[in-house]
Amino acid sequence: MNRRAARRLTAIALTGITVGALAACAPAENGTGGSGSGDEVTLTWWHNGTGEPLLGFWEDVAEEFEDANPGVNVEVTAYQNEELQRTLIPNQLRTGSGLDLYQQWGAGELAAQVEAGFVKDISADVAEQVDALGGVVAPWQYDGATYGLPFNFGISGFWYNTELFEQAGIEGTPETLDDLYEAIEALKAANITPIAVGAGDGWPAAHYWYHFALKSCSPEVLQQAQVDYVFDDACFLEAGELLEEFIGSDPFNEGFLATSAQQGAGSSAGQLATGAAAMELMGHWNPGVMGGILQEESGDENATPPEFLGWFNFPAIDGAQGDPTAALGGGDGFSCSAWSPPECTDLLNYITSVEVQTRFGEIGAGIPVMPGSEVGIADVNLQQVLAGLQSSSYVQLWLDTAYGPTVGGAMNEGIVSLFGGQGSPDSIVDNMRNAAATL
Amino acid sequence: MSLSTINAGPAVSAAGPAPTPPRSSAPARRRRQRSGGALLIWAFALPALLVYTTFVLVPVALAAVYSFFNWNGLGALDRFIGVDNYARALQDPIFLGAMGNNFAIVGLSLVIQGPLAIGIALLLNRNLRGRALIRTLIFVPYVLSEVVAGLAFRLMLPPGGPVDSALTAIGWSGEKPLWLADPSVAFWTLFAVITWKYLGFAIILMLAGLQGVPEELSEAASIDGATWWQTQRYITLPLLGPTIRIWAFLSVIGSLQLFDMVWILTGGGPLNATETMATYMVEYGNGRSQVGYGSAVAVILFVVSLVIALVYQRIVLRRDLRGAITRG
Repeated sequence: MNRRAARRLTAIALTGITVGALAACAPAENGTGGSGSGDEVTLTWWHNGTGEPLLGFWEDVAEEFEDANPGVNVEVTAYQNEELQRTLIPNQLRTGSGLDLYQQWGAGELAAQVEAGFVKDISADVAEQVDALGGVVAPWQYDGATYGLPFNFGISGFWYNTELFEQAGIEGTPETLDDLYEAIEALKAANITPIAVGAGDGWPAAHYWYHFALKSCSPEVLQQAQVDYVFDDACFLEAGELLEEFIGSDPFNEGFLATSAQQGAGSSAGQLATGAAAMELMGHWNPGVMGGILQEESGDENATPPEFLGWFNFPAIDGAQGDPTAALGGGDGFSCSAWSPPECTDLLNYITSVEVQTRFGEIGAGIPVMPGSEVGIADVNLQQVLAGLQSSSYVQLWLDTAYGPTVGGAMNEGIVSLFGGQGSPDSIVDNMRNAAATL
Repeated sequence: MSLSTINAGPAVSAAGPAPTPPRSSAPARRRRQRSGGALLIWAFALPALLVYTTFVLVPVALAAVYSFFNWNGLGALDRFIGVDNYARALQDPIFLGAMGNNFAIVGLSLVIQGPLAIGIALLLNRNLRGRALIRTLIFVPYVLSEVVAGLAFRLMLPPGGPVDSALTAIGWSGEKPLWLADPSVAFWTLFAVITWKYLGFAIILMLAGLQGVPEELSEAASIDGATWWQTQRYITLPLLGPTIRIWAFLSVIGSLQLFDMVWILTGGGPLNATETMATYMVEYGNGRSQVGYGSAVAVILFVVSLVIALVYQRIVLRRDLRGAITRG
């Protein structure tokens, strides 16, 4: 064997190993992306419902869809929320295949995915749904086209312990900020921690600033900022000042800077669920989270959200510039990838149908969005959240979702610094401007 | 080495006085030998080389490319911004703070964990009842997974949690520090947990090193009237040198790349007090969808670690590595 032969052999060996390695790397599942071999179509569906009842619910929905559409296989998988949102979905979208229907949080993130050409424009296929849904579909739209549909939408408010309120002699629920300050003092006097906040996770603390911004800024200013990332209006500073004053009343649990929102009895949701704190400002998912924590802590699979739970809207502020009936909220939806087969839109339409949405409300996993399905909501507190949603003139999407992860992350960090006594109302806005400059 | 021996044959015969038929066949034989050897080397090295290239070199190169772009991880890589990402990182007080934390942990590990490990290893190297049990117990934290250990401490350290209760039980009745929630305390809590976690490894390493110190030397020293302290100071410690230098190397690299324990215990908080370069990288690159910027941070972390590792090997480990590396 001469040198050339040896080199050739080496090259062949190298190619062989490379091909073998690549083959091993290729995803095991195939048949997605409408590569339709024959009549069989497989839809890959990723969502964040890792816990019951949502996990089983989506599996049922997938099965029903398969039964109604012979030849269609639905592979539905649940992933942990942050992993799914930050790592799995972006990585999979970049490969340009292998994922059809996926969880979509909307707004800033949706815009980035659409600009990259990863999301299917479904405007023509879901026109009916969009008409029926009305305003809540906006976060899943971009540039006049629809790129996804929500199945769950709610607003943030105070979840509170009615028994502890009674114990502290508080009558009714706070309607104005001054009422809230009074309630905080009454709770402190009764030796009860007024509010638990999971500032360790960032966003739960940031929600306070969002609410104050909503009370200070007009909807027009907020909507404009969402488009051009200009935060020059004085109302953004005012929000920080209102928050600074609120933090000054010292209403939060001890060590809140390291408190997580949803993990275990020590988290803010856990403290409310176990009676260690009287209030928590949180989204509509909170009863489900508390039920889960109580199940883990007690080992009782059937543990339910605490009986003593009540809900009230974020109080109004006298003389504030913002729309007093505006609410802060957000939801969950699904998008179809740009390469998904037509069956993906069919599945999405099925998920958002009144029938499935009504059942979604019945299991208590959230607040269905399709009009006509609200009759399914059995939980009293979720009914209250829904009433709050329906009575609000304007719903502002969570500001971090609306601004996208880059500006949103910097904003949340600035707000948490204020909670920790290191920031200022100015530094929050500076953080947002600096982050917007790096976009 | 075998190659050069074989090659020497024909070379010597070539120097011979008369050109003979074997001479003409010599180059062919030489070539056959050489290419056969090359094939063998390739066959053995290729799988490892392939894995190393795919999972180490290519990602490092890709990160270097990404770091020159403003890229959110989706879409096309089309916004070249030169070294802006690097400039931004090196001007960001939070990143500089994270880097400072890394170097503080490097320094504290060397100054506190090192002497502590040597001291305990010297103690455990004496005849002691229950020595095997103590050695095992000391090594347990190192065997535990980082996530398990981190979560355990997270559950024990909240205000009024098990640690506070234990402290009250042993007589500390006053207010306890907020172990994880106070920015001025959290770093020290983190360092204590890291020390608890990795001290066992250092001790085992030192104990292994002590096995290589001949008993005769300390016997001779004690016959000459040396005290126990003098024996340790002038005989054991110098002979433990190579072990200490290797441990310090591992400790420095581990401290620079510290991630998992911090991520689980504090997530870099409160108020970035426990941020390290690696947690900062994940927070910005992944959490805030700035993959280009995160890549720049990754490259900085890589370069810092590489430079320190190379300098350390070149200067401190030079004597220890002599003979271990064959040069052609």
